[in-house]
Amino acid sequence: MAIPWSYSLRNLWTRRLTTVLTASGMALVVFVFAATLMLAEGLRQTLVATGSYDNVVVIRTSSNSEVQSGVERSQAAIVESLPEVATGADGRPLLDKEMVVLINLTKRGTTKPANVVIRGVGNASLALRPQVRMIAGRMPKPGSDEVIAGKSIAERFQGGGIGEQIRFGMRDWTVVGTFAAGATGFNSEIWGDVDQLMQAFRRPVYSSVLFRLRDSSEFERVKKSIESNPRLTLEAKRETRYYADQSEMMAKFLRILGLTLTVIFSLGAVIGAMITMYAAVANRVVEVGTLRALGFGKRSILAAFILESLLLGLSGGLLGVFCASFMQLTTISTMNWQTFAELAFSFSLTFGIIWKSLCFSLVMGFAGGLLPAVRAARMSIVEALRAT
Amino acid sequence: MILKLIIRNAFRHRLRTILTVAGVAIAILAFGMLRTLVGLWYLGVERSSATRLVTRNAISLIFPLPLSYKERIRRIPGVKSVSYGNWFGGIYIDEKHFFASEAMEARSFLELYPEFLLPPEQKEAFIRDRKGCIAGKKLAEMYGWKPGDLITLRGTIFPGQWEFVLRGVYRGAERSTEERALFFHWDYLNETLKKSSPRRADQVGFYMINVAKPEVAADVAQAVDRTFKNSLAETLTETEKAFQLGFASMTEAIMIAIQIVSYVVIVIIMVVAANTMAMTARERIAEYATLKTLGFGAVHIGAIIFGESMVISLLGGVLGVLLTFPAAHWIESELAQFFPYFSVSLSTVGLDLLIACCVGAVAGLFPTWRGATIRIADGLRRIG
Repeated sequence: MAIPWSYSLRNLWTRRLTTVLTASGMALVVFVFAATLMLAEGLRQTLVATGSYDNVVVIRTSSNSEVQSGVERSQAAIVESLPEVATGADGRPLLDKEMVVLINLTKRGTTKPANVVIRGVGNASLALRPQVRMIAGRMPKPGSDEVIAGKSIAERFQGGGIGEQIRFGMRDWTVVGTFAAGATGFNSEIWGDVDQLMQAFRRPVYSSVLFRLRDSSEFERVKKSIESNPRLTLEAKRETRYYADQSEMMAKFLRILGLTLTVIFSLGAVIGAMITMYAAVANRVVEVGTLRALGFGKRSILAAFILESLLLGLSGGLLGVFCASFMQLTTISTMNWQTFAELAFSFSLTFGIIWKSLCFSLVMGFAGGLLPAVRAARMSIVEALRAT
Repeated sequence: MILKLIIRNAFRHRLRTILTVAGVAIAILAFGMLRTLVGLWYLGVERSSATRLVTRNAISLIFPLPLSYKERIRRIPGVKSVSYGNWFGGIYIDEKHFFASEAMEARSFLELYPEFLLPPEQKEAFIRDRKGCIAGKKLAEMYGWKPGDLITLRGTIFPGQWEFVLRGVYRGAERSTEERALFFHWDYLNETLKKSSPRRADQVGFYMINVAKPEVAADVAQAVDRTFKNSLAETLTETEKAFQLGFASMTEAIMIAIQIVSYVVIVIIMVVAANTMAMTARERIAEYATLKTLGFGAVHIGAIIFGESMVISLLGGVLGVLLTFPAAHWIESELAQFFPYFSVSLSTVGLDLLIACCVGAVAGLFPTWRGATIRIADGLRRIG
């Protein structure tokens, strides 16, 4: 016969201080666990959303990013003439020849420089990137010293707001607009007219060519025709793949770090739970003896104590997830090692993460409660009743 | 008498004490490791010299400077010698086998970096062979390279397959010196570029300036930047330390997160230790009342409880510190690819012990107060 579950619940309530302390220890571990998962998820969402599946990025062979790449004008023209490139509403190919460089900008309120991506764009760039839309100001006039800044640049960097000026390439550039790009990496970029920027930086070559496929299934064919063309030293990647490759190292680092921390921390929390549950058993020797004498089986005792421990873990887990959900309000801005460029992303909570965190807290509760529960279940009735 | 009581008390619940000590030890171990990891991030800053300046393009690192700047920099008063180079960023085998590779003007570079120790005959061999390269000891050991071996790197910034002949293996003068890098002749890079993409030839990524004495470093830096003001390629000159710090601070957010987390682990263990002490004190309330009846004062009782808390957490602290060293050694030997140098500093050990004391004090605070102030009648009446 089973012991009612309210018995376990009430036991926790009776020793409130200990319960709160143990549960908050577990809550902290769950918090760290959930926060690292949220961070990795935020990074993933940012980079996945940055690319479109039907877009193809063309960069120089074996350069890992646009910044390292160089595409000659003549090569860009060959790519432009490929039949697989889609045609836009205005009859021109949906293709953008872009230049990407890094410049140093200072964050607001500090003197610390960070690398910011400047992207020289053409006419088709907005059509190719439906996630990007203007939220304030206007687009730069072609052929002028005007640029627009992504949302996180406008908020966080000196000279990024509308009307402010940024100096680079021996010219002052006026920011005339702010654009938002959902949760994508474009938020950390500055855009301007590609020809003006190439002039200013004295770079006669493009960095990359981006185009929409006429038909999504033609990717393999266009890839083959670009990479086997002896006049081109270029490689083609789907835009989604390109951005996933960019953050591979960062994602791996976050994953390993999160896993290591969680394992170490959970050891501490499991020990905490074990201490609490051993004490709970030790305090209630007579009680356990009485329960056994009343006819409750070993199995019921075991179940009751494990249930108590699971409840302890669950309350810690709920508290931890609750606290972690507030982390969604913060944004992390750091340098991506692979591109050397600034990248901003936020913590992102999904149901999968909530589910994983709660399971994790239950596992911790179970691990902490198992040995004490076994000890309680194995007590002999006579000795237990004799104990004072 | 009190000391004996403290120690006896501490081990009355042997299992609970062992668990708590283990918990504290794990936390201290984790804290020490995380702190060392953060310190490692700023290692490049620490090992930089005060008499070296780095000059780069003011726009950002990816823009080059013309080679013609060399002579103009050399003429600036206070400059002792100038070297220059390019970050090469070659890939060996595949992306997973990453190490630093740089093209350098060999002779001046080796003078500028006396901490790279190279046997004289290897140095001569390297300087004489334009396709030669030198590699750090750890790097050479990792891939089993020996002088004379042919090494092929795939260029990411400079396209193509680049072949080098290993001419020497350098050692670091100090344990923290970077021994996982490959250096080769800038001339080799430049001559190849003249043929393949002439537009990119005669351009250097950065200049390294050796100043006569540290005091003039700031003046020289300003003088260099003034010389090239309003030119096509404006420069930014800073000390090697500031340069490295700039790099490190770009990933600061992650380091701050690790630091916060390293304190969270302390809070977790504080909660666990406080829990242990709270339980211990609650079980022994009747005993404390008895002691009080016998005439022991509140101070005595308090000292006994507080002392017990301190003994437990200090034991854990010491154990944690002792474990830190083999753990660091293990990381250094097993994960050499990521952490070629993982050494625990003395200040970390000090901080570890300080934190163990804090944990003991905080955990013991509430029970001490309870035990010291409990009224005898209440204590005796109470059933654990």
